[in-house]
Amino acid sequence: MSWIRITGTEEIPLREGRAVQLGGEEVAIFNLGARFLAVSNRCPHRGGPLADGIVAGESVVCPLHAWKVCLASGEVRRPQEQDTCVRTFPVRVIDGIVHVQFVAEQAEAA
Amino acid sequence: MERLVVVGNGMAGMACVEQILRHEPIFHITVFGDETHVNYNRIQLSSVLAGEKDADDIVLNGLDWYLENGIDLRLGVRITGVDPVARTVTGDDGSVTPYDKLLLATGSSAFIPPIAGADKDGVFCFRNLNDTRAMLERVRPGLKTAVIGGGLLGLEAARGLQLRGADVTVVHLMGSLMERQLDAAGSKYLLEKIEAMGVKVLLSHSTTAILGDGRAEGISFVNGYRMEADMVVIAVGIRPNVELARAAGLNVNRGIVVNDYMETSDPAIFAVGECVEHRGVVYGLVAPLYEQGKVLASTITGNRGPRYEGSIAEARLKIMGVDVFSAGFVQDAAGVESVRYEDPSLGIYKKLTLKDGRLAGVILIGDLSDSRRYMDWLRSGADLAGKRRRLLSPDLPADAGANVAQMPDSETVCGCNGVTKGAIIDAIHRKRICTLSQLKQSTRASTGCGSCTDLCVSLLKAVAPQFEEDRKKVLCECVPFTQDNLREIVRSQKLKSVQQILDVYGNGQGCEVCKPALSYMVDMTWCGEHKEDRSARFINDRVHANIQRDGTFSVVPRIRGGVTSPAELRRIADVAEKYQVRMVKITGSQRIDLLGVAKADLPKIWADLGMPSGQAYTKGVRMVKTCVGTEFCRYGTQDAISTGIELERSLENLYTPHKTKMAVVGCPRNCAEATVKDIGLVGQEGGWQVVVGGAAGKSVRKADLLIAVTTTEEALEAAHLFFQYYREQANYLERTYDFVERIGIETVRRETVYASPEVRAGLLHRLAKSKALAADAWLERNQPKHATQFVQIQPMETVNV
Repeated sequence: MSWIRITGTEEIPLREGRAVQLGGEEVAIFNLGARFLAVSNRCPHRGGPLADGIVAGESVVCPLHAWKVCLASGEVRRPQEQDTCVRTFPVRVIDGIVHVQFVAEQAEAA
Repeated sequence: MERLVVVGNGMAGMACVEQILRHEPIFHITVFGDETHVNYNRIQLSSVLAGEKDADDIVLNGLDWYLENGIDLRLGVRITGVDPVARTVTGDDGSVTPYDKLLLATGSSAFIPPIAGADKDGVFCFRNLNDTRAMLERVRPGLKTAVIGGGLLGLEAARGLQLRGADVTVVHLMGSLMERQLDAAGSKYLLEKIEAMGVKVLLSHSTTAILGDGRAEGISFVNGYRMEADMVVIAVGIRPNVELARAAGLNVNRGIVVNDYMETSDPAIFAVGECVEHRGVVYGLVAPLYEQGKVLASTITGNRGPRYEGSIAEARLKIMGVDVFSAGFVQDAAGVESVRYEDPSLGIYKKLTLKDGRLAGVILIGDLSDSRRYMDWLRSGADLAGKRRRLLSPDLPADAGANVAQMPDSETVCGCNGVTKGAIIDAIHRKRICTLSQLKQSTRASTGCGSCTDLCVSLLKAVAPQFEEDRKKVLCECVPFTQDNLREIVRSQKLKSVQQILDVYGNGQGCEVCKPALSYMVDMTWCGEHKEDRSARFINDRVHANIQRDGTFSVVPRIRGGVTSPAELRRIADVAEKYQVRMVKITGSQRIDLLGVAKADLPKIWADLGMPSGQAYTKGVRMVKTCVGTEFCRYGTQDAISTGIELERSLENLYTPHKTKMAVVGCPRNCAEATVKDIGLVGQEGGWQVVVGGAAGKSVRKADLLIAVTTTEEALEAAHLFFQYYREQANYLERTYDFVERIGIETVRRETVYASPEVRAGLLHRLAKSKALAADAWLERNQPKHATQFVQIQPMETVNV
């Protein structure tokens, strides 16, 4: 488990997301103004690219079928009966650089 | 049961039958109508002629109504004889039908003055649905048309035909229009309004003959002057149909004579409507027919008592934008005082005539808001001594509700159907009415000319506990206001960003529903005087391509009018191969779709294509489909291809509330389906029809006629006016077909093609301004909105797993 330097904060526009490939995982990082959040870039519904979604508060809405995912907890907020989650990644910003704490899935499992 | 036979299936006869059905059922009813249609609203025929309504829209009682009420309906049968001794009627189909009671509601016919050649082909009268349909078949843009008669009917016919593109001249025998209902000054105001609409008027012209060899080619006048006319409409007046009554031996003058109980000289025969003469007066307007029908229903059902004591003649011109109302005796005469108000530049003229301190007549032009109050004074014969100082300037009510509250219960709300405020309130309470349509069904209020609709809604709002309007929908929970409201807020509060609106008027967050809508509103309102917020837009509008189910994108270049070239096709083929596009598909919009493109490849593909964006991914101008028109087609009458390309070029790159699909066809065969597009131009001999609000997707809807014009420039301008009006007035995600239905095509026309020159210029100016700022979105390949707009972020360090 390690913090990875990703990119300058200016590379992700306010209230938008951008995808980044980390190992075998595509991660979507969002700029919410007050903070940055990161989740897996695959919607649990049909695998839609969450980084391309519209930000609604602290959630993102998948561009394919409008599932709504909380960026802080990874919980699916709509449709309500879902109990699946997307994976979240801790984010910190140091000196204008976005860092994501990343552990490959198989490593975590082991 | 007694046998009641009704001769005549028109408004008066059926209104009376409706009243009879409210009494104890004592009759088996048979209705004969010589027209082959069910009962329809004759006074709205001018709306059918003008294209504002379809024939189906003006049906008053459908076939199911006759069935439900056990009425034996015999359409297409003309009654040719009445035997008052045997009590039978004979039809032109040879049928003999016995009756116990006979109701004559034979109405009236168009009066054809002695003009030579009135039987020529191309000569029409304007009286029923068949006349209307016949005229609609004949009329086309530029057709030289003469309407003989400058009264209500003639003017309405003239305007209707002119809306269909005809070149119309009204020919009137008298020196002023509507001289029976207006005074000289009022007629002048009317004349100005009619001429301003482009209808020509010839006054004091007495027609002697219709010229032409078998077919109308012109008309000649007493003064020797002649004019060219390929279509002639005679609308000089009506004549009561009394032949049947006269042959039956009834007492007949101008009309069938009835007493205050609506009884004729034969105790088993009754009469109602335009065919009757009551106290020496024959009425040709709708309100008296209903009043008569009510009285007759009481008499004929054995409840003789209520009396009909005559009506006040009331006339209202049904031409959009020309408000004319007249009632009572309006001419200056000895012992009559008149009070006037005029504002020539606004086209407002009001005149009241007073006799013995009471209102005798009223003329209102340009502002009819007080017509109801004056009608009430006329009917009640109120003493106006105390109101003399304020006759033309009523106390303004605090609000619409107060206006309704101030009305006495006895005041008539619906003049056509004679429905009072009290009757409406009673119906609302008794039948638990909550919607306007329920109210219409129950009381018939507002089903005549429709001018009291607002008042009915106000009454419903005030009285019905669960009044339901077409529910005003708020945009979204995030900003709980209607879109109309929000547009006003954005404008008046000078809000120039989506986040600002959400912060001030919403929850500060927004969502995928409200953000794109607000984004559109801000763009539309500020048009370049603001900073676009890409984050509020859907991914398609951030990268100008349509996201597919696997997260890849589709690319549709603009191919204007569907016209391409070998070189362009070769380039498209090369690009498809170079980027290993998964599928190349011809779309339903005469374009080519390259499917399965990665986001990062978009700018490169656009550069290689060297073609502009087709906006296939957005709520904006999609395409203009065309047929080959005069360029190749042997049937073509207009140049559909160059007109279509010009239309597309003039509007491309613009955004709209929802997608906008258009088509231009060179003839009415309509090969590119223009009548089911948001905007369609349909070429025809000598001009274009511009149609709007069509759909052939989730909904299927035939487009409404916006206007018929002669030149391509006029057609394009009409399309532009509607396009900008839709951009400014429609709700986000509201297609034109929902928009046109919600607003009503009459309003759309009034506010676009028939708006004042200033309004039209304003629309075109704002369109031009938007257009000047609208660039091909695919040029962002050279100047991306943001460094990472199309590319994935490359992490600064690699991950060691």
